[in-house]
Amino acid sequence: MAIPRTLEDLGRLIEEEIETDLVSWTVEKGELSLIVERPAIARVLIYLRDSETFQFSQLMDVCGVDYLGREPRFDVVYHLLSLVRNWRLRIKVQVEEGMPVPSVTSVYNCANWWEREVFDLYGIPFEDHPDLRRILTDYGFEGYPLRKDFPLTGYVEVRYDEEQKRVVYEPVKLPQAFRTFDFESPWEGMETAVKVSAVQEES
Amino acid sequence: MEKGAPQKQSYTMNFGPQHPAAHGVLRLILEMDGEVVERADPHIGLLHRGTEKLIEYKTYLQAIPYFDRLDYVSPMAQEHVFALAVEKLLSLEIPMRAKYIRVLFCEITRILNHLLNITTMAIDVGAMTPLLWGFEEREVLMGFYERVSGARLHANYFRPGGVHKDLPPGLAEDIMAFANRFPKVIDDLEGLLTDNRIFKQRTVNIGVVTAEQALDWGFTGPMLRASNVAWDLRRNQPYEVYDQLEFFIPVGQNGDCYDRYLVRMEEMRQSVRLIKQCLEKMPEGPVKVDDYKVTPPPRAKMKTSMEALIHHFKLYTEGYHVPKGETYTVVEAPKGEFGVYLVSDGSNKPYRCKIRPPSFAFMQAFDFMAKGHMLADVPSIIGSLDIVFGEIDR
Repeated sequence: MAIPRTLEDLGRLIEEEIETDLVSWTVEKGELSLIVERPAIARVLIYLRDSETFQFSQLMDVCGVDYLGREPRFDVVYHLLSLVRNWRLRIKVQVEEGMPVPSVTSVYNCANWWEREVFDLYGIPFEDHPDLRRILTDYGFEGYPLRKDFPLTGYVEVRYDEEQKRVVYEPVKLPQAFRTFDFESPWEGMETAVKVSAVQEES
Repeated sequence: MEKGAPQKQSYTMNFGPQHPAAHGVLRLILEMDGEVVERADPHIGLLHRGTEKLIEYKTYLQAIPYFDRLDYVSPMAQEHVFALAVEKLLSLEIPMRAKYIRVLFCEITRILNHLLNITTMAIDVGAMTPLLWGFEEREVLMGFYERVSGARLHANYFRPGGVHKDLPPGLAEDIMAFANRFPKVIDDLEGLLTDNRIFKQRTVNIGVVTAEQALDWGFTGPMLRASNVAWDLRRNQPYEVYDQLEFFIPVGQNGDCYDRYLVRMEEMRQSVRLIKQCLEKMPEGPVKVDDYKVTPPPRAKMKTSMEALIHHFKLYTEGYHVPKGETYTVVEAPKGEFGVYLVSDGSNKPYRCKIRPPSFAFMQAFDFMAKGHMLADVPSIIGSLDIVFGEIDR
């Protein structure tokens, strides 16, 4: 196999090689990203790691993204690095709420904690993960804090109770309601003005 | 277990979360067989502050101070990656002088970080003097931070579009004087540690990581280079002006704690070289882009120009809207590859900002590094990992 020179060539080559497992690929801002079928992720990563042409020997990062309102709701994003070829690659898997993603811990050892983190913050389960526990949040924490429908302030707060001589959990009490500023103009006139100017630009 | 076989006396030990050698709030559950560690289970997250969630509710400009508070011993290196990521999404090209100032302060940051790591690792294995000498120099470097940004630690100095302010008069000369003087301090530290019999007994052949293991466990930075993999993002995927500067990339041979110490020591010397080159080559000119949608207008202009006043107001309330897109941007932070996966939905706040801290991968590999070592080796391995819990727990 000839070694591709550009990211577009690389994308085309990967498309040829893993055709049935690939959903789509794009090059944006000088970065190549693939969307891969959920059940195939481990297979694709093994291939990209072991193939002489690619040699993606490092898994840099696994993270989740919550696109609330989209179907399927979550992305699990893998970032790969090939030291020999000096390429970076982003692989995405789209997943419904509650659907498991195959674990890649057997492919890259470092995936272990990254997947635990995704599980902790987004509640995406990983199939065949050796040790799927929470990692960043408190012992006994409930909910998945990085989901878009989880409030910024959370549900519980802690304080030290002088009488019980221990830390106690209580529902969050805010002295002032949480404020978000959207900076959208409050005047209805603005919206029409924007529309008018957009129409004028088009014509 | 077979009947009649001697019962194995293994027991569990709790290390931390308040332990001086844990470099922060690390809780280790160690399964011990006598003095030997059989399995280590690090419990992290005790310093989890929800940085990624908070950033989703802040404008791009307001997100920068959070980056100072991740790895609090190398603040500017992390502001740098976020500034680069936002600039990539905005397709901004920053002025030359700003690039040199950024590289200058990134290298100062590297010395800051390595001084802390080497000296605290030394104190963990029993040498106290390096800490006292090293922290005196850190004080000087934090003085430079203060003069340029007003803050000794949480600088908030690199902004998307350049740096906040130009160097104050006289600072360049003082940094140059420091760079000329500092190699002597490195020599003194080396004199205390490099051939020190006790230091070598505590670090040589402890926590050995082969090149394959280092790649498999996602190691970057000095941890990877100590395992004899010559990979440095400043050289291999250059950003800012690193491709125009001369420096060497030290690598280790054995991948043990001692090699990691040696690599960091040599990196400080290379950082001094880079600082000198930056000061010599630094051109005159603006330090931020001349686009008031992204950077604030000068104070004097706001006194006379209504437009400048509006720009200032809009910038510090609404911020700027970043075009839809996503990027994974990385820099060679002192600890290793520090990455940000930034997803923008076209609004004035990041949709998702995943922070990829290098120490997270190191901490994860601790289990296999400590396996089979004595309990007394645990602090020296943790010391050589160069971990800071601000960035592991985020």
